[in-house]
Formats: sequence, structure tokens, C-alpha cells
Amino acid sequence: MTQLPTATQKKLGLVIDLDTCVGCHACVVSCKGWNTENYGAPLSDQDPYGADPSGTFLNRVHSYEVQPDEGHAQLVHFPKSCLHCEDAPCVTVCPTGASYKRVEDGIVLVNESDCIGCGLCAWACPYGAREMDVAEKVMKKCTLCVDRIYNDNLPEVDRVPACVRTCPAGARHFGDLGDPDSEVSQLVAERGGFDLMPEMGTKPVNQYLPPRPRDAEPEYDILAPYLEPVADTAKGFAGWLDKALSALPGGR
Amino acid sequence: MTQPILDTSPHVSDEIRKTTCYMCACRCGINVHLKDGKVAYIEGNRDHPVNKGVLCAKGSAGIMQVNAPSRLRAPLKRVGPRGSGEFEEISWDEAYQIAHDWLAPLRAEAPEKLAFFTGRDQSQSFTSLWAQSFGTPNYAAHGGFCSVNMAAAGIYTMGGAFWEFGQPDWDHTKLFILFGVAEDHDSNPIKMGIGKIKERGAKMVGVNPIRTGYNAVADDWYGITPGTDGLLILSLIHLLFKAGKLDLDYLAQFTNAPCLVNEDPKSPQNGLLLRDEEGRPQVIDRRTGKLAPWDGQGVQPNLSATYRHKGVSHRPVLHHMAERYLSEDCAPEKVATRTGIPAKRIRQLAAEIARTAFDEAISLDREWTDFRGITHAKMTGRPVSFHAMRGISAHSNGFQTARALHVLQIIIGAVETPGGMRFKPPYPKPATAHPKPHCKVTPGAPLNGPHLGYPQGPEDLCLTEDGQPARIDKAFSWENPLSAHGMMHMVISNAHAGDPYKIDTLFLYMANMSWNSSMNTHGTMKMLTDQDSSGNYVIPHIIYSDAYSSEMVAYADLILPDTTYLERHDCISLLDRPICEADAVADAIRWPVIEPDRNVKGFQSALCDLGAKLGLPGFVNEDGSQKYADYADYITNHIRRPGIGPLAGWRMGDKGLQHGRGTPNEGQIASYIKNGGFWSEHVPDGAAYYKPFNMAYQDWAVEMGFYDTTQPYIFQLYAEPLRRMQLAAEGNGSHQPPDHLRGRIMATMDPLPIWYAPMIDAFEDPAEYPVHALTQRPMAMYHSWGTQNAWLRQIHGRNPLYVPTKIWEENGFEEGDWARVTSPHGGITVPVAHMAALNENTVWTWNAIGKRKGAWALDNDAPEATKGFLLNHLIHELLPPREDGMRYSNSDPVTGQAAWFDLRVKIEKSAAPAESQPAFPPIKSPVPKGPSSLKWKVGR
Repeated sequence: MTQLPTATQKKLGLVIDLDTCVGCHACVVSCKGWNTENYGAPLSDQDPYGADPSGTFLNRVHSYEVQPDEGHAQLVHFPKSCLHCEDAPCVTVCPTGASYKRVEDGIVLVNESDCIGCGLCAWACPYGAREMDVAEKVMKKCTLCVDRIYNDNLPEVDRVPACVRTCPAGARHFGDLGDPDSEVSQLVAERGGFDLMPEMGTKPVNQYLPPRPRDAEPEYDILAPYLEPVADTAKGFAGWLDKALSALPGGR
Repeated sequence: MTQPILDTSPHVSDEIRKTTCYMCACRCGINVHLKDGKVAYIEGNRDHPVNKGVLCAKGSAGIMQVNAPSRLRAPLKRVGPRGSGEFEEISWDEAYQIAHDWLAPLRAEAPEKLAFFTGRDQSQSFTSLWAQSFGTPNYAAHGGFCSVNMAAAGIYTMGGAFWEFGQPDWDHTKLFILFGVAEDHDSNPIKMGIGKIKERGAKMVGVNPIRTGYNAVADDWYGITPGTDGLLILSLIHLLFKAGKLDLDYLAQFTNAPCLVNEDPKSPQNGLLLRDEEGRPQVIDRRTGKLAPWDGQGVQPNLSATYRHKGVSHRPVLHHMAERYLSEDCAPEKVATRTGIPAKRIRQLAAEIARTAFDEAISLDREWTDFRGITHAKMTGRPVSFHAMRGISAHSNGFQTARALHVLQIIIGAVETPGGMRFKPPYPKPATAHPKPHCKVTPGAPLNGPHLGYPQGPEDLCLTEDGQPARIDKAFSWENPLSAHGMMHMVISNAHAGDPYKIDTLFLYMANMSWNSSMNTHGTMKMLTDQDSSGNYVIPHIIYSDAYSSEMVAYADLILPDTTYLERHDCISLLDRPICEADAVADAIRWPVIEPDRNVKGFQSALCDLGAKLGLPGFVNEDGSQKYADYADYITNHIRRPGIGPLAGWRMGDKGLQHGRGTPNEGQIASYIKNGGFWSEHVPDGAAYYKPFNMAYQDWAVEMGFYDTTQPYIFQLYAEPLRRMQLAAEGNGSHQPPDHLRGRIMATMDPLPIWYAPMIDAFEDPAEYPVHALTQRPMAMYHSWGTQNAWLRQIHGRNPLYVPTKIWEENGFEEGDWARVTSPHGGITVPVAHMAALNENTVWTWNAIGKRKGAWALDNDAPEATKGFLLNHLIHELLPPREDGMRYSNSDPVTGQAAWFDLRVKIEKSAAPAESQPAFPPIKSPVPKGPSSLKWKVGR
């Protein structure tokens, strides 16, 4: 069994805005592309042109319908990847020490050369965030793009996870959630960010921002003043128009 | 505990090559990372005006497109029966010779016997030039079956529309209202815009029968009944007129609301605008109380004054609008049932628009001078913006609906003002500044002008001397007079019927017409394979160009294999479908960031070769030799008009390189590559808004070469070209429609926006077919192209029919069930799934997931081929016969836009078949199967 660090210097993670996520899967594929080419073994695909295509993805978007008691049903797009938990059960369950949480930034990684592909960590993760690569038989998971965020070969502006860089709606934010003054911590405070399944006691670092209320009734009276009639007939309108025009600059 | 030592700065790539994406129509800038000369990773280009660094799922999956096993590998000659998919590979020389031998005699004797139509093409200014040089009138791209209603309604009303023409002012808008869109029209800019306005706390409203995608994040959702958007919009206009929530100052100055309409029913000018001898529409000048031309210096048009002359009354357009829209027919209570939106919510939306437009008006301290010479100290804006595309336009009432939406924007002063909708250069450009359609054929010579354009009246239609349609698709005929993008969806049907005439060769590019791009798919396959009594194909020759093994390949006789988008030159040109932003003019290129590993050629380069072989003017030099070695040569050296070529950046001027105008520069493409694949120049601040009226913009537009003289104009709330068609239908003038069309023209070509029920409703009993059926395009899939992509098909590999709660419960559906879905034209049996966030009378599915067995290099048991399906089988390209036996195209009677979304069906539970019905036998694949697994790492 593997030990977690007692504390990490930073808590790097993602803040995902469920109010803005349109469910476009940009993050899913950008992640697939970067992590196929980079950290560890490529993310493989089985039967890619056949009856039952499947492959390894470190980030997936799920969509859920929500039916409120009153009003229209809603659709929430829910991107999910490793949440880099402070009390990560996937690490403590690992028999070889391959799964570990980094002291310097809190990122949970798998050291593929030590991974025996036993799959215990995937069973332990309550979020289903780990995927066994069928071709390589090692456990794959979100690395928070550890090979991007410190990468001297990338321009500084690009030293963010691939999913954050690509998100068209700007629904994904990256930063140090251990620093209360960081932009991501501020965003969580302002928008009421929440832990996914807090009852599991995993203390996820990643946070979700809730959707704003939908289909709310306006606070003002819709009939007055905005729709207060000035005319019911074309003739009445013409009379109103003459008056209104004389009030315009340079009136007649 | 020790941690493994990790290299956190690994080598990213050997080289980044910047080009333009083509995974959908959005045309974002991409950085293609290469390792060992192979594509290692694709990301968005941060400097690019369209996507500013972000990239969608399709764009990032481009790496799986350039390795797709479906890529065609060499020119193909059909050896089995048409439709079998049996081909042999041939050389390019042989392919050109075959094409030449079919086409050269046609050009010499009857050029109209070639019908050349292109699909998802982004090189229309080039392909149309080729067709024009050939001399056939039968050319168009796919706009007729896509979204021509939006484009044409916008051009005729305000000199531009949405997407490539205009965008919401994302930086200032406070209320963004989104009607139906195909979510790649456009893709990333809308997502970026939604993110931006949400960050600012601005509000977003979605009007759409289906609450997915953009509508899922809308603050308010109006789950409208398909085909009734126009009714909702007219009701909003009704409420705004009734409450006097109109921007009168804006209407007076910048629209034809003050122009005077002839009201003499006996006059041949009845319903037209009063004009002076020079043809200029007249207004009453508030300064003098007398007539003055609309654009006279210092004129202050009077919105209210009427004019009587020689016994004829003239009232301003605004009076006509008040009369029309104050009618109780437009009241929320009257439209609530049909639209599916309660009256209270219609009022809520109108109040929200009124409140935001007038209580939250914004003002920028930027001085500007209008075309009347009047200087304004500020730029005032009504921060309400709209966007819509195919959801409202792919109906037979879509033109008038799109017009209504533009009129709604205009009456609150929200077009080209801060916070509203802004045009993107080279738009705005009024309909009158566009070409008119041309159709005069001379054997052995070019056509007499560009094929497509904007008719202003009956005299501009494409008719033969005996009044018959001149074009094979019957575009610009009395059936669909303003079909500005042609009617590609009618070409095969008309060619097969020999109506209006027979053709010899059908030449198609990037259009999957034997599958998801046709109505009546099964019927289309039959038309393509039908033989006459002598055993000859009714459509004698079919040439097709595609990069991939699409369903259409099997139905052609000769295949010209195209490259993927990373292996080719292209220009995203201001002469074509530009990629500009409201604040910047821009164009871009594609260039071969990798070389093809197959015997394929960019289609446009093949046209340069074939054009030269046929001796087409413009494609040969004076000595008869080939003029353009390839498409790159054309892009660099073609001159459209003096100083103007396909690309506006880095042209040659007197003192060196310059932008906009100039002579060709041999280093132009190299300059684009050096600059990241695009060129962009900022619109001057003083020219940023009020572009149609703002002389700073007009002067800049001339300087940049968008047009050669300034073109100020006013918005056409009242559209005279439509009224001119009505006048002809009423019996005026020498150009007369056939009698059977008079009533329809009078009813549908109203010069002020109207709503009428979708045409199909006149034939089908809504009680028998009570359900509306739609398709939507997934954000992560560009219709048929996505399925060959190993990553994208894992996201969207299945397309159940989504059924709303009411219908789900009525039929007792359960998970895993199948349904029989029937329209008057046909039936399909398909898997169903429940969805609550849906208009209660609407079902829908994802567009073009269903595939024919044998196409796209998929296995025959791929779910796309066994459980996937098309709604196309339920939609006929013709409406059912009328009482007199006439059948009209299933299109908008104004523009000919394919009315895909008028479809009505009935649904019943079905026993589960082995696979979706109808099922078709496999076609033989012209390419080998793909690998059984992928581990795609190109670096060491």
C-alpha cells in the first residue's frame, strides 16, 4: 500500500464551470491528442473502425437531464477527469507505489514502469476517473498535463493543461486551489464552487461551479412599464408617432 | 517517500506549421505540431482572428482524419454497375482524358449539358469561375440545401446576415437571443462569445425546440414548435410596436421606414417606393416638409409624413408596418398554441428586449459622420443581439422568418450599433451591390456572367425565351425567384426527369448526394442508377471528387481523389466565404503541412489541369499552354478585377508590399505562412459601427478593395424586389409568371415579413402526422465526415431518435425500444431514447451518423451502419401533387431553400428489427479496411 504525503506545497487543479460548459467535447479530444503523444504510453483505441470501438480517454463529458419540480427540464454537461483528491484512495490502495501524489503540487500520477495493471486503483476511485489502457495494460489517468504546465519548451502562456487551453467556452480554469488568493480560489468563493461527492471523504482538489438558475421569472412587471401600450390601432399609432417624433432632437 | 524523477519539459515537437482547419466550416487557425515529419498534435492558433487559440473536438481530432483508412488513394474508373462500388485505379492522365472526352463535345455544342455542383466547398469563387469559363449555367454550391434563407433574407434586408456576414457584439451585448443553429455556423466563435457574455453576467436566451448544446446553457429556454419561429418573432414585433418601443431616430435615419409607398391599386407602381427621375427613393425632409432623396445631404427623413401627388397617396413604410403588426393576429394569445410558447412568456421575452434595448442603452464616445454629411458625437447602441442559422431557415417559410428576425433587430436599433449585431468586412454590402444571376449560354464560349446573384425584379430571373427555367435546378425561375445560392437538392431529380431538359454529365465535388445530403435518399440512388430502354444510364456520366470513401463514390463513373485538408493549398478569400471579425478584415490559406502519401491531388489543382486541357478561357495562356500550374499558382496570380486577387494580404504596390489592393506577389503564400497562415487588418475605430452609413468605414472599404466606390445604403425593412414579383403576379409588366404560380407568388412574396404555415402542412393532415422531426449536428461531428474518425466516432457513434416525455409515455416506450416512424413519403424503423428537455411535439436525432455498409472504410457491422439511420428517407424533394397534378419542390417558394425541417411524422412502437430500416446492401469499398487497434504515437 502506498502512502499519501501529509501535505502538499500546492494544490493544483481544475475549476469547471457547469453554467458555461456546452458539452462540445473539445477538452476530451484535446486531452486525448496530447496524452496519446506525450506522458507514458499512448492512449490506445480498440476496434476503431468496427462494431464496438473503444479507447482510453482521461477526460469524458457526461450529460444529465434534470427535471425541476416546476418548469422545463434542463440538460447539464458534466466533464469528468481525475480530481486529484487530497485523500486519494487510488493512491493508498496501490500495491506497488506506482500511484502517487506529488508533494510539490498535489498532482496524482501513475508511474507506468511500476504499474502492474492490477486495476485496484480504478476500483477504489469513487469517480471512475481512471482507465486501464487495453493495449499497454497500465493504468492511465489525468496528469493535469504535468508535461505541459512546467514545460520550458512551451511558451509560458501555454503552460496549462491541454483541456484548459482548448476550451472554447472558457469553462475550464487551472490554478492553485491551496492558495486562497489565486484566481481559481476566488472563482470558487464567488460562484459557490463545490466538491464532487463530498460524502466520499476524498477531498477532491478539482471544483465544480454550479449552473446559474434557469428560466427564472423576471423581477419586474412585464406589462408595465416596458409593454405599456401606446396604441392599439394603426391610427392611434400614427398619433403617438407624431408626438414621439416631435420629442426627438430637431423636432418638427 | 521518494517520488520518481519526471521530465516535466519534454520535447514538444520538431516544428509547428500553422494552417487553417477544415474539420468543419468554421475555419479556425491551427498549429500543427510535427515530429519526424508526421503530425503529432494539433492545437488552436492563439493569434488567429476566428478562434484565438481555442479548438473544438473536431479540430483536435484532425490527426485521426489524416490517418483515416477511408482516404481515397488514386483516381478511379468504374468497372462494375453504377452503385456497386467496383472500380479500378487509373492514372491522372487517363482520368483527365476521360473527363475531357465527355466534356469537350458538350462545351462545343451544349454547355448546359454539364451540371457542376459543389458541396461543402470553400473555393466557390474559383469553382464558379471554372464553370463560367466552361459556359454552363448549371453551377452552384450547397447553399440551397443549407441556409440560403438566412443569407438571402439578410442581404435583401440589411446587406448581410449572420455567421460569415456578421456577429453579436460580444463585448457589449447585454441580452443575446439565439434561435436555431447548426452548431458549426459558426462553431468556436459562438462558444467563445457565450463564455464571454456569461463571464460579464449578460443574459442568454435560447429559442429552440431542443435544449442541448448552446441551449442547455441558455439562462432562459423557449422550446418553440418547429416552423413557427416567424410567428413568435412577429408577436414580439407586435408587442414592441404596441408599446412604442422602437428606435425612431434610427428608423428615420438608417432604414427605409420613412420612404413613401405608392397606394394606388391601379398604378403599375402600386406598392413600390416613390422615386425621383434618377430613381432615388424619396422621403419627406423634416427641415422643409418637401420631398428629398433618401441620401440627400443634411436631409432629415420624416417617419410620419404622407404625400399625395396627382391623386395618389403615398404613406411611409412605417405606417404600413404599424398597420400590419398592430393587428391582433400577431397578439401573443393568438400565436401561443401554434408556437408552443405561452402568451405570458412571449410578453416576458418582449419586455426583456424592450428593457435591455432602451433602459440599458450604451453609448461610446466616438464621433462619426454619416452619408448625409451629418456628424454624430456618439455611437449609441441597443445591447440586444441575435444569432440564428439553419434552425429557422430550413423551412419553406424560412425566408420570411429570417426577414422577420432582421426586422426585429432593426426596429430596436440593434444592427451595427454597440451591443447589437455587427457586420464583418467585406460586409455590409447591399443586395444591389451584388451581381445579378446570369444564364446566357453560347456554345464554345463562357457564360455571360456570374451564375448566382440577387435579382431585383422579374427581368433578372433565369428564364429561356419561352419563359421556361434556364437552369437544371430551376433556380431563379418563377418557382423560386430569389434562389441566390442555387438549388443543389433539385439537380439529380430534375436531371433524371429531364425537366427542364436532359443533361449529359453531372460533376459533383464534396457532396454526399447518394446519402445524407439528399432528400429521398433511396429514390436518389435509383435516379443515379436508372437506365433508359437502351440500357444507358439516364444521367449518362457522373464525375465526383472527394477525399474519402463516401457513399457518393459508388455512384460515380470517374473519381478524382482529393487530398485531406493538411495536404493542400486553399485560400479562405474575401471573394468567397470570408473569415473576418467585426473589428478586423482577414483572409487565410491552407498549405501542405504534410505531403500526401497517395496518388491524390487537391481538387482545385485538378480543375486547373482539366480547365487547361479543355482550353477554357482564363485557364490557358494566349499560346494555349496551361495558365495555372496548380491552385497555389492560381491563388497567387489570378486577378479578379484590377488590383484584386484571391488573397488581400501582401500584394505588390508601387512602393513595395501592401494590403488590400495591388498586383500579384510571387512571395505571397510564403508571407502568409510566415504570418501563421492568415492576414488580418483592424477596422479603424471610427469605422467600427454604423458601417453601412458611416463614411469612415465606406472610405476604408474602398481603400481595402471590398468595392470600388462607396456604397452607403439604408436597411430595407420594406423589400421592393419581393413587391416587384408580386406586381408581376398581379398581371403587371411584360415578364409574367405562369398562371398556376400567381397565387403562390402573391401570397409568399410579401414586401413586409409575414408568417405562413410550412408548405407541407397544406398537404398533410396534422392530426395524422402530428409530430415534428428534426436533425441536429453534434458539436463533435461534422456530419458524414466525422464517422471515419476513430476518436470522434467513439463520442457520436449512435443516433437514437430522441422522443419527448409526452410521446414516450403515450406509446409506452421503454429503454431499448424501437419505433416505426412514418411520413407520407416513407417509413423508417429506428431505436428510440427518452429526452425531457424537448418541445412536446418534436422528435429529433443527430445528423448523418447513419452510414451505408461499405462506405467510409467502416466494418459492415459498425453501429453507424446497423443502428444508425437517416431522416432523409422520410423527406421527398417534391411536395405531394396539388389538385391540378403540379408538384412543387419541397423548398421555400421565395429562395428555393430545402425545407428539411418542415418534416411531419407519426410514431408507433415497433418490434425490434435486426437493424435499422430501411437497410441497404453493402457497397464494395474502394479502399482497404482500417487497423484493428490504434496506438498513435509518432515521436520516439
